[in-house]
Amino acid sequence: MATLWYLVRRVAQAVLVIFLVTIVVFALLHALPGGPARGILGAQATAQQIATFNHEQGLDKPVVAQYFYYLRTLLHGDLGTSYTLNEPVSTLIVQRLPKTLVLTVLSAILGLLLAIPLGMWQAVRRNKPFDYAITTLSFVAYATPVYFFGLILVLVFSQALRWFPSQAPQGDTLGQVLANPAGLVLPVVAGAASMVAVFSRYMRSATLENLAEDYVRTAKAGGARQRAILWRHVFRNSLTPVIAMLGYYVPVLFGGALVVEQLFNYPGMGLLFWSAAQSSDYPVLLGCVLVISVATVIGTLLADIVQRVIDPRVVAGKS
Amino acid sequence: MTAIAEQLPVAEGVTGLRLVVRRFLRNKLAVIGLAVVVAFVLFCFVGPHLYHTDQTHTALDAVNQPPSARHPLGTDAVGHDELGRLMYGGGVSLLVGLAAGALATIIGMLWGAVAGYAGGWVDAAMMRVVDAGIAIPALFVLLVISAIVSPGIWGMVAILGLVSWLVPSRLIRAETLTLKNRDYVLTLRAIGGTHTRAISRHILPNSVSTIVVAATFQIADAIMLVAYVSYLGLGVRSPQTDWGGMLSAGLTAVYSGRWWLILPPGLAVILVVCAFNAIGDGLRDAFDVRGRS
Repeated sequence: MATLWYLVRRVAQAVLVIFLVTIVVFALLHALPGGPARGILGAQATAQQIATFNHEQGLDKPVVAQYFYYLRTLLHGDLGTSYTLNEPVSTLIVQRLPKTLVLTVLSAILGLLLAIPLGMWQAVRRNKPFDYAITTLSFVAYATPVYFFGLILVLVFSQALRWFPSQAPQGDTLGQVLANPAGLVLPVVAGAASMVAVFSRYMRSATLENLAEDYVRTAKAGGARQRAILWRHVFRNSLTPVIAMLGYYVPVLFGGALVVEQLFNYPGMGLLFWSAAQSSDYPVLLGCVLVISVATVIGTLLADIVQRVIDPRVVAGKS
Repeated sequence: MTAIAEQLPVAEGVTGLRLVVRRFLRNKLAVIGLAVVVAFVLFCFVGPHLYHTDQTHTALDAVNQPPSARHPLGTDAVGHDELGRLMYGGGVSLLVGLAAGALATIIGMLWGAVAGYAGGWVDAAMMRVVDAGIAIPALFVLLVISAIVSPGIWGMVAILGLVSWLVPSRLIRAETLTLKNRDYVLTLRAIGGTHTRAISRHILPNSVSTIVVAATFQIADAIMLVAYVSYLGLGVRSPQTDWGGMLSAGLTAVYSGRWWLILPPGLAVILVVCAFNAIGDGLRDAFDVRGRS
């Protein structure tokens, strides 16, 4: 019952936050040079056209009324029209989002596959040279801009060794992108590096916390072997909070995708956003911001819920 | 004598500060971090006075030269001496990082202190605003705002400050929640002291450790963020530059094998960000406060 009440409260809070996000995006839309009319009609529009547009769209009405109008168009899935690509922003995002998701999911899987054993091993070898070495490496990896790491990858594996192409596979569909796995290697690795740094830290502390628990001592006292305890109990119990952290990591993943896609010319939402920033294509920029923010809110919500379900000791509203 | 002195509860003020400094100096990584920061500050702000280069005019007869005696780190695509550019760009990176980190911490400090002190629905409303802000990834907002206003150095500081005060505000709110029911605050209220006085004279001074630690991490984040924005072509504009901006021609340089345009600014960002994070860790342990781990 308490959990249900928590769920209701937490979802309501998430909805409220999304609502506030739309206000911020609406404010940004109005901060545009020339306002939304200039934004939608383009730089060549005449004053007459702008006045007509403003009247038609209700932009001569009070700001609050305009906001509700904007909210209504959003609820209809209308994010405006790109003025460089002449297509609805929602269509553009729907085309590119799956490709970005593939890239980020692959990076996340690779990152976790490396980070989880590393973090566990660090916890077992706490304060030994291996632990210090990995800690130092993750410190450095955390401070390395994703694009710089990507540039080094291109320099070494594409320019010097010629193992992998430096261009991501091109194509409109997901199939075309996946048809060329060699081209995906460097972008996926570039995206995974910072994940390894962050998640090995989480895994290390989660494992350490579990190793100090009574059940480990009991198992040891009962004569269970270290390896068995580690895999049968500690691994499972440490893994869940680490997986939950993925939810909080959504904005970082999107940020990483933005840079990786720009660097490797990967045709996803990050590249769409970057090109839009270069050409001041505001409807695309704000549409992407909205989508990514909603994804972030949902990610955080899921992470909170998972944490609550796996560990009822986490008390609601204590963050 | 000293052993006994160390065991005694330490009063706030000079003695406390001395203890903090002593604990900080015992942390090797933090001390190295501090040394790295000092070295970079000297390199970027004193360096240009000793090593004169022209960073405003292009020198088309000296473009893309590999390192040589005359140009120890070579020259870039418009003929700027790369070593000089590293100092000049680093000055911008450090200045923007320090100023934006400070600004973000100040905004977050005031917001968090007021929210935590007020409590009730004011607190709830203010913290939902923070939630909404955190839901919009900073890098994306920064790029949108930079695309709209094309900021200079101080514009960049203002935008970064406005985008990244959210995390410190949460930390300082949490601190305020524990401080506001302390006896001295309650006494002050009982004898008729104002809310402003309670916040400015008691809550904030007693949160100084949290604030200093938050500010240090904030600086590291700001240097990193501005390096991202400039790399993506929307940071400070040419002929001004920062380390991120120096890397924005990265791929072209990689393809033509001009490593001297890539490695120095990239390694500089890593070193400085690591250094500030190490200092932050050291300060957190020295002050013994909770912060980010």
